[in-house]
Amino acid sequence: MNILVCIKQILDPDLPARDFKIDAANKEADPKGANKVTNIFCENALETALQLREKAGGGKVTAITYGPEGAEDSLRKALAMTVDEAVLVINDKHSKPDAIAVGKVLAAAARKLGDFDLVMVGRESGDWGLGQTGGVLAEELGLPSLAFVDEVDPDGDGLKLQRQTDNGSEVATVKPPALVLITNNENNVPRIPKTRDVMMSYRKPLQKLTLEELGVADEAVGDGHTAFEVTNLYVPEKSVSCEFVQGDSLDEKVTELARRIHGIVASVN
Amino acid sequence: MSRVQIVLFSKNGWDRGAQGVAGAGRRLADGLGAELHAVVLGPADDALKNGLAAAAQKVQVVSALEEYQPEPALAAAASLCDGAAAVLFGNDTYSQEIVPRLAHRLGGAPMADAQKLEVKDGRIHVTRSAYGGKALSEYVMKATPAVIWVRSRALEPAEGDVGGAVEEATVELPEAKLRITERHEEAQEGASLEEAEIIVSGGRGLGGPEPFEQMLAPLADVMHAVQGASRAACDAGWVPPNWQVGQTGKKVAPELYLAIAISGASQHLLGMGDSKVVAAINTDADAPIFKHCSFGIVEDYKNVVPLLTEKLKEMQS
Ligand SMILES: Cc1cc2nc3c(=O)[nH]c(=O)nc-3n(C[C@H](O)[C@H](O)[C@H](O)COP(=O)(O)OP(=O)(O)OC[C@H]3O[C@@H](n4cnc5c(N)ncnc54)[C@H](O)[C@@H]3O)c2cc1C
Ligand SMILES: Nc1ncnc2c1ncn2[C@@H]1O[C@H](COP(=O)(O)O)[C@@H](O)[C@H]1O
Repeated sequence: MNILVCIKQILDPDLPARDFKIDAANKEADPKGANKVTNIFCENALETALQLREKAGGGKVTAITYGPEGAEDSLRKALAMTVDEAVLVINDKHSKPDAIAVGKVLAAAARKLGDFDLVMVGRESGDWGLGQTGGVLAEELGLPSLAFVDEVDPDGDGLKLQRQTDNGSEVATVKPPALVLITNNENNVPRIPKTRDVMMSYRKPLQKLTLEELGVADEAVGDGHTAFEVTNLYVPEKSVSCEFVQGDSLDEKVTELARRIHGIVASVN
Repeated sequence: MSRVQIVLFSKNGWDRGAQGVAGAGRRLADGLGAELHAVVLGPADDALKNGLAAAAQKVQVVSALEEYQPEPALAAAASLCDGAAAVLFGNDTYSQEIVPRLAHRLGGAPMADAQKLEVKDGRIHVTRSAYGGKALSEYVMKATPAVIWVRSRALEPAEGDVGGAVEEATVELPEAKLRITERHEEAQEGASLEEAEIIVSGGRGLGGPEPFEQMLAPLADVMHAVQGASRAACDAGWVPPNWQVGQTGKKVAPELYLAIAISGASQHLLGMGDSKVVAAINTDADAPIFKHCSFGIVEDYKNVVPLLTEKLKEMQS
């Protein structure tokens, strides 16, 4: 089982709202003061891939990212989680690649790196939250795909996929190659790397590729060729102020709480 | 004449989501001076056909797609939506799955979770959340077609009746390499989260699955509420994943949202920000949830919830 997991480094989405600032000129979040982390759904994907490797009794997991040199940190973390190989496609030119550009670059890299049975991406990024890259990549590679997958199991010479739906779940089967978009569940919470593996991760090789090496033309993925453009980014005003229920005892406070809730419940029913 | 296309899945019928998509499609078509056409993937019932025919000039039904399979559904959508200026979907599982692939297949631009659509100078502008709900972003769509899934339940239905024609569409469907073989629907009592008027939601601070069952369920019962949860509670396996409210969970808009032991991370707020009234029970007076509440109580839920349940019962009798 040869698995490719696409991971993306983003500004820490746990940054509290009060520390969140916008760089108005670039129409993006101000990176000052915020950590960079691997997108959580990419870590769920890594975890799912590593579990699949175990369940299949072997195989190879490759983590790939398209990003600036600093994105190496995310790949080191993936190596510490015990992926077998890590690849950085260096982006030192394009400030805001969109999903179509990213999909084309990742597809070129996937083709160059070898035959993958399964390509995994996260359901969406915690920064812009567009959830587009997986679909674009599946189209580029001509693979069948399934979204909102939270479990992958070997199934004879194929794969069994379980996914979440609006009000339940579905099971699908597919013969590789295929692509899945991973979402979170209780079983793919990313593992915490062991100290020894963290140390090892800095000694493992990490392959770097340029767009030239992948034969991706600049015009195909460059700035100014995006399918859409951000025209405005702002923090919306909020004007709610919370009234804490008052009372001399817990009983009094809860009575006040109950009265307010009852008022609304009674008006609805 | 150019056209706007809406695509619906027959499975969901003429629900509030379908009505929101039709309304958004009608207004977008009017804004662009275009016709509105609708595609139904799967055998449509009369309510869906009639609802759509009131909003769209033409309704095409692909009955051959008896059950949703990703590849045939995508192929049918691609063949029927080719040439449209814009294609709109709702926010159900299948729509979200199809949009990016369809956009790329048609050479267009994908967009997710649109909260507002506008036409300015003949171009489509979209407003949506970004950075986990900490910001709002606006986009102009450049490639054609713009293929967009909208937060459909929050959008107004269409007005009037254009008296559209309904026809059966025959499209060539490819063999599915990936096959959905099992479908499990959770038996839901009463309304779904998205349709609920009252929601009682629990978070990590509950500490385990038992409080959901033993304390929040009886409270939800007296409040005639549907139960929800934060991602932390779902990830812990305390409640099913489809209870999750938030950026990557359900988008809800009840009259009352009661958040119990939920901190109010921006990603959670993104899913419940359209609630009329938000109330919270939390031990931490500085929890961000209180910045988005009308009223709240700073107390341990263990002390509040059973007492509150009892008092509500008394008030109702
Ligand atoms: C890309 C992305 C998408 C996400 N999508 C979602 C999403 O859709 N939905 C979602 O919910 N989250 C989502 N998250 C996660 C989100 O950032 C938070 O981690 C999560 O919402 C926290 O859940 P919580 O409030 O239950 O837990 P915590 O943040 O741990 O809060 C627990 C709260 O319980 C209170 N508490 C503790 N004990 C008690 C007690 N005895 N009585 C009363 N109160 C008590 C604490 O004071 C605290 O405020 C997403 C994150 C990312 C990065
Ligand atoms: N620059 C990138 N490098 C590698 N994978 C990416 C990149 N951008 C997006 N992805 C993948 O696509 C998923 C969805 O991202 P997005 O389409 O940006 O919401 C992520 O979880 C990653 O798996």
